[in-house]
Amino acid sequence: MIRIERRLTQPRWLTFVVPLASIAFAFVVMTVVLLITGHAPLHTFRLLIDNAFGSVDALNASFVAATPLIFTGLCVAVAFRMQLFNIGGEGQLYMGAIFGAAAGIALGNHSGWLSVPAMVLAGAAGGAALALIPAVLRAYLNTNEIITSLMLNYVAALVLNYLIFDSESYWRDTSSATAKVFPQGKNLPPAANWPSTSLGQLVLPLGLLVGVAVAVLVWFLYNRTRFGFEVQVIGDSPRAAGYAGMRTRRMILAVMALSGAVAGIGGASQDGDFRHTLDPRGLSSALYGYTGIVVAALGRYNPFAVCVIAFLLGGLQNAGYALQGADFPSGLVGVLQGLILFCALGGEVLIRHRIRIQLRRPAAEATEATA
Amino acid sequence: MPAAVTLRGITKRFPGVVANDHVDFEAAEGEVHALLGENGAGKSTLSNILTGLYRPDEGEILIRGTPVAFASPREALGAGICMVHQHFRLVAPFTVAENVILGDHRGEGKKFVVHPRRVERRVAELGERYRLAVDPRARIWQLSLGEQQRVEILKALYREAQILILDEPTAVLTPQEADSLFETLRVMAGEGRTIVFISHKLHEVAAVSDRVTVLRGGKNVATVSTKETTPHSLASLMVGRDVAATTRIVWEREAGAPVLEVEDLWAVGDRGDDAVRGVSLSVRAGEIVAIAGVAGNGQRELAEAVTGMRPASRGSLKVDGAPLRLGDARAAIRAGVAHVPEDRLHTGVAPSLPIASNVVLKSYRNRDVSYGPLLRLATIRDRAAELILRYDVRGGRPSLPARQLSGGNLQKVVLAREFYGRPRVLVVASPTRGLDVAAIETVHGYLREAAANGVGVLLISEDLDEIMALADRIAVLYEGAIVGERPGGEATADELGLLMAGAHAA
Repeated sequence: MIRIERRLTQPRWLTFVVPLASIAFAFVVMTVVLLITGHAPLHTFRLLIDNAFGSVDALNASFVAATPLIFTGLCVAVAFRMQLFNIGGEGQLYMGAIFGAAAGIALGNHSGWLSVPAMVLAGAAGGAALALIPAVLRAYLNTNEIITSLMLNYVAALVLNYLIFDSESYWRDTSSATAKVFPQGKNLPPAANWPSTSLGQLVLPLGLLVGVAVAVLVWFLYNRTRFGFEVQVIGDSPRAAGYAGMRTRRMILAVMALSGAVAGIGGASQDGDFRHTLDPRGLSSALYGYTGIVVAALGRYNPFAVCVIAFLLGGLQNAGYALQGADFPSGLVGVLQGLILFCALGGEVLIRHRIRIQLRRPAAEATEATA
Repeated sequence: MPAAVTLRGITKRFPGVVANDHVDFEAAEGEVHALLGENGAGKSTLSNILTGLYRPDEGEILIRGTPVAFASPREALGAGICMVHQHFRLVAPFTVAENVILGDHRGEGKKFVVHPRRVERRVAELGERYRLAVDPRARIWQLSLGEQQRVEILKALYREAQILILDEPTAVLTPQEADSLFETLRVMAGEGRTIVFISHKLHEVAAVSDRVTVLRGGKNVATVSTKETTPHSLASLMVGRDVAATTRIVWEREAGAPVLEVEDLWAVGDRGDDAVRGVSLSVRAGEIVAIAGVAGNGQRELAEAVTGMRPASRGSLKVDGAPLRLGDARAAIRAGVAHVPEDRLHTGVAPSLPIASNVVLKSYRNRDVSYGPLLRLATIRDRAAELILRYDVRGGRPSLPARQLSGGNLQKVVLAREFYGRPRVLVVASPTRGLDVAAIETVHGYLREAAANGVGVLLISEDLDEIMALADRIAVLYEGAIVGERPGGEATADELGLLMAGAHAA
């Protein structure tokens, strides 16, 4: 008989060993999958690692892939610290991209010192505005923010498509006859292209640096300030927060707005760093928002861990694109990602609980002692 | 008398504690056997073993001489063992009759289509015979806690339980209701059933039981015949040292100007009904005013309305003569209203956060612990360390999550924080519920000290002993309204009990 008991104390070493063991286990299961599908496991893993982190080019591509994941991962982590489940990072990122692109186009080709910060702010405002809808509903009507934020992703996706494909909006390129037949977004002026930083041969997109800066800021905000103190208390016990006179409703609005703003900057970074236009297909095919949930969960909602995990998963994703071909379906990399998440969440159970194996048939026992 | 239940050498270990350490226990047919002990003495663990919820690590259980090993509560039920838990296992939207057959796998309860009539008739019959009057068709949420307890007992009777275990059954009853319960238990014992009565109240044990088993620290320290013992010697056995009975300490104080004035206060309860109905009272500086009442008569809502946690629908509050905004906890804190809430683990503290955070739960906005929007973490840590030392919080260190403290030590953290802000008014709700004797003495000491320092204390409690030991004035709350007030020194338990039951003698 196998029983799962809650641990009374969580040894520190477990918090490091278990995640590593989980990832190792995911690779073991992946080996089986690869064998079944007729791929050489070791060779495949080798290719994956090489294409993710094995060369300067691979690393640069991984940075690109990691950048949006840092933002969407932080978006989820920021809200979750207060037990709010913002699943709307996807839509908030679109909104950020829409607002960011608008700012970039509107400010014309004057100066990057003007356009880039304006795009960051506009993107943040766009994401925050969308996140405030579920926030208001949750704070004043106590609706479930998981559902509302999730549904708004579809709304945001439709708006994004409408702006480029179904209307002659401000964002759409209508300058030529071809552009009218094959809809696409206006190109941003060069001043709205975000400069990247070179470190030897490595190229760090500005968005990546902004993302890490946001992570530092979030950590500071949540661990060193009165605002963060309130977030911690409300997240742990809303009744205790009410008892201490905290304004819970206001905090829900503030934290959701912050969460949405982070995703929104991610959207603006997509415009400024990589796409240089409002690109609905590219933005929505990558599912940055949903992958962000995985990133945040694996990073245990710690802002720095989110950056590291975003880089690892980004690398994996980037390697997946590189490997993809006739004999290697892109879905296989998705399978590996899924396995890693699955094992990591299973590992969480092992950190909080322990498994006891008993030979005799035990009574149905409560997991916690009520002695 | 033949033994209905025998436990031999029962040992049950939980991570870090031995809850039961080679406990022997025996209860005869037709006997009311009290299980006496402080909180954490192992009473609940032992009863959970008896009802099949836990399985002992060592030892054996015999029912009428036959060894048994229960793999589940259902098997224990099959052997005729029923338990009335402290927190009732009833389904609120169901009727009494429906609850009675719920989970019963014989007769009516087993059928796919239930005929409620037959069950209702049987329940009414049983109610009459054992003087457990409840309407079988009433829904649970409409019943008072005392009535709900009767339903739990009826459930056991309907299942023809031979062994009935009651866990702290009088906590929700007035003294008169408790007496009536004792009569019912005597009738049941007279029919040859075995009653195991778990309690930590000595006078109840003396009133109802034939024999008493005293547990201390997980061990059986004595099994004695009730007739041959005294409450005093039981108390000494229970605590492990000689104790003085809780006595009223009279001490001279100057009661000052009113610090808390409540005028016609109304508040809505969680179910949307008026839980507090026009309460008016005042507490003067240095005075302890107690609110007595049976659980569920608006005590929690009153405490929450006074401290601003719950919006009040009508009325007014004044602290030190200055009007206080209703339903604004922050304003109440600023005005100097301290609050020790009933649910100390989930309201009094944020349980997963460290003691350091909990020590500044209400004062984190103040200049001395914050610098603009930033927190002074070192100052907060130092203050926590200082309070842990001053209030003797055992096993406490600033970084320890509050939930890992025992009840008594957790309460010390809450009291330390509430006193630190130099309050004018202290609202305390059930401050000693679930604490052991030593911790109760400590908490009472702090409340007296607060009053001596000129704080106005509003003590809301369901424990009459506590109220009579501490209060200068006693008001009785019944269905959300104050139905009578007595000076502390003169009130008797009988008189208060009548008021608590709703007899308008005021």
